[in-house]
Amino acid sequence: MAELNLQATLENLDKVLNFVNQYLEEYECPMKAQMQIDIAIEEIFVNIAHYAYHPSTGPASICVDVEEDPLQVSISFADNGIPYDPLKKDDPDIGLSADEREIGGLGIFMVKKSMDNISYQYKDGSNILTIKKKF
Amino acid sequence: MTINKTEEGSTLILALEGRLDTTTAPELETEIKESLDGVEKLILDMEELVYLSSAGLRVILGAQKKMNRQGSMAVRYVNDTIMEVFEVTGFTDILTIE
Repeated sequence: MAELNLQATLENLDKVLNFVNQYLEEYECPMKAQMQIDIAIEEIFVNIAHYAYHPSTGPASICVDVEEDPLQVSISFADNGIPYDPLKKDDPDIGLSADEREIGGLGIFMVKKSMDNISYQYKDGSNILTIKKKF
Repeated sequence: MTINKTEEGSTLILALEGRLDTTTAPELETEIKESLDGVEKLILDMEELVYLSSAGLRVILGAQKKMNRQGSMAVRYVNDTIMEVFEVTGFTDILTIE
């Protein structure tokens, strides 16, 4: 298991991606799963950067671990910002036409669709969102 | 991300190369905002696009809405990786994919 602590800012997104990708390197994660994991990290971390401490910024902690049997990666994101459960957000209606569709809400929806498991808990003043992806 | 721009009469082709994500989506948004005057057909060429997140989808949706008012838009050479993102989000139904 590895942990990264840093400020939740957009500028640090690359650091988070590199941190997880380096950890996963030795497991030879398939490209498709790798991109889905990258997208999930981006969507979740950008949400924290934008909203958790709005209008200020604050720290985030990212933990990555690989579990065996079944082989899966587990990544958790913790912040001490405003309590917010992204899983409670309604899914966007993806059946609407372009003009009817609203710009937004797609990020967490993509994470839900592409990960095998996603869970949220609010514990000791922290939002903790954990995603799991088999590969 | 690199945006390669080709104009053929009232058709504008934007070939996207690299990653369309939170960091690069504003570049495409600006390019589209500044280049669509008089454009009747916008083509987004995604052959060399390797990554697409919701920030990119937002810009693509914005472009589609704009082109619905002044002409048409098509997305072409979509590879498997990007197609997967379009399918999951229902964008296959709102985009013209060539």
